[in-house]
Amino acid sequence: MSAIASLPEADASVPVEIDPGPSAPILPNTGRRQRHILPGFRLTLGFTLFYLSAIVLLPLLALLLKTVTPTTDYPSIAKVVGHVIDVATDVRALDSYRLSFGIAFAAALLNGFFGFIAAWALTRYRFPGRKIVDALVDLPFAMPTAVAGLALTQVFSIHGGYIGQVLYAWFGWRIAYTSWGILIAMTFIGFPFVVRTLQPVMSDLAVEVEEAAACLGANRWQTFRRVILPAVRPALLTGVMLAFGRGVGEYGSVVFISTMIPYSTEITPQLIIIKLGEFDYVGAAGLGLVMLLMSFAIVATVNLVQYLAARRKGIA
Amino acid sequence: MRRATNDPWQLRYLFIGTLFGFVLIFLVFPVVVILVEALRNGVGFYFSTLASSHSLNAIRLTLLVALAVVPLNTVFGVCAAWTVTHFKFRGKALLISLIEIPLWVSPVIGGLVFALIFGRQGWLGSWLDAHNIQIMFAYPGIVLGTAFVTFPFVARGLIPLMQAQGSMEEEAALTLGANGWQLFWRVTFPKIKWGILYGMILCNARAMGEFGAVSVLAGSVDSNMTMPLQVELYYQDLDQGLPRAFALASVLLVLAGITLAIKIGLEWRRLVLAVRSH
Repeated sequence: MSAIASLPEADASVPVEIDPGPSAPILPNTGRRQRHILPGFRLTLGFTLFYLSAIVLLPLLALLLKTVTPTTDYPSIAKVVGHVIDVATDVRALDSYRLSFGIAFAAALLNGFFGFIAAWALTRYRFPGRKIVDALVDLPFAMPTAVAGLALTQVFSIHGGYIGQVLYAWFGWRIAYTSWGILIAMTFIGFPFVVRTLQPVMSDLAVEVEEAAACLGANRWQTFRRVILPAVRPALLTGVMLAFGRGVGEYGSVVFISTMIPYSTEITPQLIIIKLGEFDYVGAAGLGLVMLLMSFAIVATVNLVQYLAARRKGIA
Repeated sequence: MRRATNDPWQLRYLFIGTLFGFVLIFLVFPVVVILVEALRNGVGFYFSTLASSHSLNAIRLTLLVALAVVPLNTVFGVCAAWTVTHFKFRGKALLISLIEIPLWVSPVIGGLVFALIFGRQGWLGSWLDAHNIQIMFAYPGIVLGTAFVTFPFVARGLIPLMQAQGSMEEEAALTLGANGWQLFWRVTFPKIKWGILYGMILCNARAMGEFGAVSVLAGSVDSNMTMPLQVELYYQDLDQGLPRAFALASVLLVLAGITLAIKIGLEWRRLVLAVRSH
């Protein structure tokens, strides 16, 4: 028994990993089999869950409940839900969804195209300035959206003296303060998502497979279509969806480059802020709920794409 | 000799040209524009804008917000990464997904949820009013909104790093008699310190630059203007507002530059695992 006595107390942090089994019931038993060797499980999990609940989960729950809880203005559940549906399906809201989701989608496609070219050039080719360009790709992550919006507005404004002036003089195009401006802003913020998702996949592509394709008589285009594209397609889709999700929620840069005219250039986040300003908290919560549901649909799509890709890889 | 796996030179030049064109228009031009426009009215104007009480207040508030948010999210990130990488438990995948929610959600939602709790018509609105506690349209609200938006940054950087490092060294330290505290500071911390810095840098950049969540929670109160909000306020001012907006924006641009330099430096030296996407 003396060996047992020298063991530390039955503390969860003690490395008792030997399963006592039925024949050795003498070890300090904490009730269940010790699964955690390292200390700090309860402390770190506890704080993680507490902080996660306080900052993210309970606030989101507050939003969900707001859409079904009667207030003095809407004294019954039916009236609250009715108002939420009214606001969320109002023409102004529908126009804002069309703008937010439509332009974010267009920007995501643009990013898919340019992001693919960028990632391909950065991983496959060697050229002067490659490392600098590679570093610059991260700029939209690091640059505050307001700063980006301000700068892009000036670049694309017809008075700015930069690209916007040239485009207006040559083609009569107005970019800033129109929907095209929103497209520019959303393209800017989404760009790194596609490049950074594609890069690791592209650099992992086995050259041998392409050589094999060439040996079998495939030309470069066939190799691309049949060998390379299938391998990078999941990453491309994921990157595009990430850029899409980011664009849908974007607000900071759009504030500058768009005039936010109701029914025309007003995005959904802006409408939420207007509803809050009118003290229509229920309506704001309703619009927030719509955006949340769309975001979760995007996440679910990304997860599905990755799951299918992983399964295919597993079979191959 | 041309190899079968090399692209034809026309394609190569086309791709590299497209890349440079895109980067020039979307990334280089905006940076140049900020610097040029900030100094358009001269160096004296530039510095007097930065030294004005509006700018100084905004800089001070932004620093105070980051000072509260970054340490909170760092402690959380280390705890979350420790839990997720060193233990097996049910619901771990769900926990990781939940941590990533703020990356998916619009920043405006990050402000909205706290407005719905602490605003006048929010869940706690009347109680807070009765007790004269101000959270919305005040510093605590701005901190909460910023904390929401920057929530996952440290955890996301640390989890892949600690997963790659495994638990072997910690277990060895344990057999040598280290207690939990010694274990963390002497074994784990030296291994992950660059990862923590990496997460903190990204968290800080986002915290200082946050616009959507903060604009909901700051309202139009003058003393609540963080730097990005003050940039917008200057921008709307027709009397020399534009060069002022660019002057303050240039400070944020410098911050972005420093962030980028540290981020890239840590990634290239392979001190951290690059966080892809987000």
